[in-house]
Amino acid sequence: MATSMETPVRRRITIDPVTRLEGHGKIDIFLDEQGAVERAYFQVPELRGFEKFAQGRPVEDMPQITSRICGVCPTAHHMAATKAVDAVYQVMPAPAGRKIRELVYSTFMAEDHALHFYFLGGPDFIVGPTAPAAERNVLGVIAKVGVEVGKQVIAMRRRLRELTALAGGKAVHPVLGLPGGVAKPLTEENRKQFQTVAADAVEFAKFTLSAFEKIVLGNGEYVDLIKSDAFTHRTHYMGMVDEKNRVNFYDGEMRVVTPEGSELDRFPASRYLDVIAEHTEPWSYMKFTFLKKLGWKGFAEGAESGVYSVAPMARLNVADGFATPLAQAAYEQYIATLGKPVHHTLANHWARVIELLYAAERMKELADDPEITSPKIRNIPTATPREGVGVVEAPRGTLIHHYATDERGIVTKANLIVATQNNAARIAMSVDKAAKGLISGKVVSEGLLNMVEMAFRAYDPCLGCATHSLPGSMPLYVRVRDRQGETVSTLQRDADGTVTRS
Amino acid sequence: MKPKVAFYWCAACGGCEEAVVDLGESILDVVAAVDIVLWPVALDFKKADIEAAPDGSIAAVFINGAVRTSEQEEMAHMLRRKSQIVIAFGSCAQTGGIPGLANLSNRKQIFSTVYGEAPSLESGATTVPLNEHKDNGHTVTLPVFWDTVRSLDQVIEVDYYIPGCPPTAKLLAQAVNALLSGELPPKGTTIGPDYALCTDCPRKDSKPDKLAIRQFHRPSEIEIDTEKCLLAQGLLCLGPATRAGCESRCINGNMPCTGCFGPTSRVRDYGAKALSGIASLADSNDEAEISAILAGIPDPVGTFYRYSLPSSFLQRRKL
Repeated sequence: MATSMETPVRRRITIDPVTRLEGHGKIDIFLDEQGAVERAYFQVPELRGFEKFAQGRPVEDMPQITSRICGVCPTAHHMAATKAVDAVYQVMPAPAGRKIRELVYSTFMAEDHALHFYFLGGPDFIVGPTAPAAERNVLGVIAKVGVEVGKQVIAMRRRLRELTALAGGKAVHPVLGLPGGVAKPLTEENRKQFQTVAADAVEFAKFTLSAFEKIVLGNGEYVDLIKSDAFTHRTHYMGMVDEKNRVNFYDGEMRVVTPEGSELDRFPASRYLDVIAEHTEPWSYMKFTFLKKLGWKGFAEGAESGVYSVAPMARLNVADGFATPLAQAAYEQYIATLGKPVHHTLANHWARVIELLYAAERMKELADDPEITSPKIRNIPTATPREGVGVVEAPRGTLIHHYATDERGIVTKANLIVATQNNAARIAMSVDKAAKGLISGKVVSEGLLNMVEMAFRAYDPCLGCATHSLPGSMPLYVRVRDRQGETVSTLQRDADGTVTRS
Repeated sequence: MKPKVAFYWCAACGGCEEAVVDLGESILDVVAAVDIVLWPVALDFKKADIEAAPDGSIAAVFINGAVRTSEQEEMAHMLRRKSQIVIAFGSCAQTGGIPGLANLSNRKQIFSTVYGEAPSLESGATTVPLNEHKDNGHTVTLPVFWDTVRSLDQVIEVDYYIPGCPPTAKLLAQAVNALLSGELPPKGTTIGPDYALCTDCPRKDSKPDKLAIRQFHRPSEIEIDTEKCLLAQGLLCLGPATRAGCESRCINGNMPCTGCFGPTSRVRDYGAKALSGIASLADSNDEAEISAILAGIPDPVGTFYRYSLPSSFLQRRKL
């Protein structure tokens, strides 16, 4: 190692750019004289100001305008906004319209979860956390599970996206949502198309789950890794549940549980301002949400801290199970293996596959329901519009849209709590913990790169379009500087896995 | 040697990346035919790799997203230098897109909305993100945002445009084939049909020869017939002013065109053209009556300039 490392100095490690994120993510890690991590900053240098330019727009345009927040999960924003517009107009969707929305939403959830598993998060396990980085991608997955399966994954995604376009015009930025229902009825032929794909999606999800069980759970080292302290945080959890406390992506009440698993709160989305609040740090454009009851006490875990987490693992923690039989059985095995609540960040991967199975089963249930082809898809609003909140569980967690309008339905105020915001504090903590676990003394280990990467990937942070990306390993550039800002050493890993150090 | 191709994104949502991935199985053919040298969403080559490449060594770069930060501008200039052909991919790069609606306000107003007025902020919140923040001797930095969002050709020279929010996989495939075959259209061409969407519309037979609208309806207000011309139903469909090539996706979703494919080649300012076209459909000569008819269009700027405010003659609200 460089001799300049001999003198104890405080150092700084910058991981920039972290690609495969939407926009730009950055991590700054500061070390003390002994080389221990003092503080890690997980930064989001992105802001587009949708809340501002929503003002002045007709509220019924929000489902289409806000879908442009994210082209990877446009359907999540579209649905949260549509539900908020229902509330603004005080109108209940017509039964068929509501079912079409949930059918499209389940289709979207299945597609998004499958892609994360095969293309992004899965490779760490299927190919192996310590496999050469060049193989740790979807091509490596295909090599491991076979070309036929690889083709199935691509075809499954295409077929699911074609269905979203069938019902919603477009897969990227769909147009179906209107107050009181949807724009277009489903024909009997459409319903049959959904039935066919849904049946295949259930089989696909079952296959995916068995692959996970065989490859990951069948390997003691992986199970140890999942349960290891470096990837564990005891925080609160939040997610949406139905009346029987079962996981629901489209409708229900929000439930919050403590790190011990007991219920801290249960509330309709319209009460979100009573329960959560946003904290701003001067070093990130993303605001950090926390539980108001406990307050913002910094980036800390435990029952006293207001930090909570969302997304698959959190949803399974707040729920008592699933409403469909196969997902319920898988859930029971998950809890039997990991206990409850589960605090191991990497368990998100397993929870995500169980949710994939639920999404496919729910798709099938809805497609089997003859009422879904009813021509009565709308209730036309009659009340004077005022204010409303809409919530869905996006693939990456709870997503809240809140609008207030004038009497013509023109937006006067908009407030959005996006899924990854709910996880932002915990992600920052995970990065910090991975860094603290790996960086000590003078040598910056190459293992840091993959561990930080894995800490990130488990959350599937929607700073990125990473879920649907092509193969490629996250490149990292680590620069170690002394206090004067002089570069002491650098470590770079490229997309092909090549690591260079200078 | 295979031609080198790059993809890059500026201020965008990622939907354009999805449009590329939506090539589905045929993306494998593209990957086989070209060398992708930059694609941050997927392949992670570094800025340094592009810097090191000789000028003009990239055959074509597809850039999506509007331009709003110095980093994006710098990347755009560098990619221009390194590439023989620059293609503005999607509405945001072509005309500013939906993020361009931010030109109705400025940075200060956006900050005050997000960090000062949001109802979910913790009480007594006064913190705003800083471009440089010192904390216990650590200096943490954030990039600076400009007041104004710009389209790509307001920053660098652009050779071709692919319209849409997002573009279709078919148009992308068409552009890639043109690049590979060397049969390129004249510089400045927008890839896609050069006529209005109504020509391709599956409902064109139900469009009256002369549209005369007595009342505009918002889509939230009426039940929408699935067969009939949307304008004939009094819905503000921008099909007559908008370039075809989108495969009538929104119409197939039983919703009106909102204009994401932008204008045909004969039109300079999409919003002005669409506004005058639609205004002429109002079936009255009486001023008060016309006002009543147009009351059904409560947000003209957000409606007619939804995807093109930065590239319009207006560009932004003066503040």
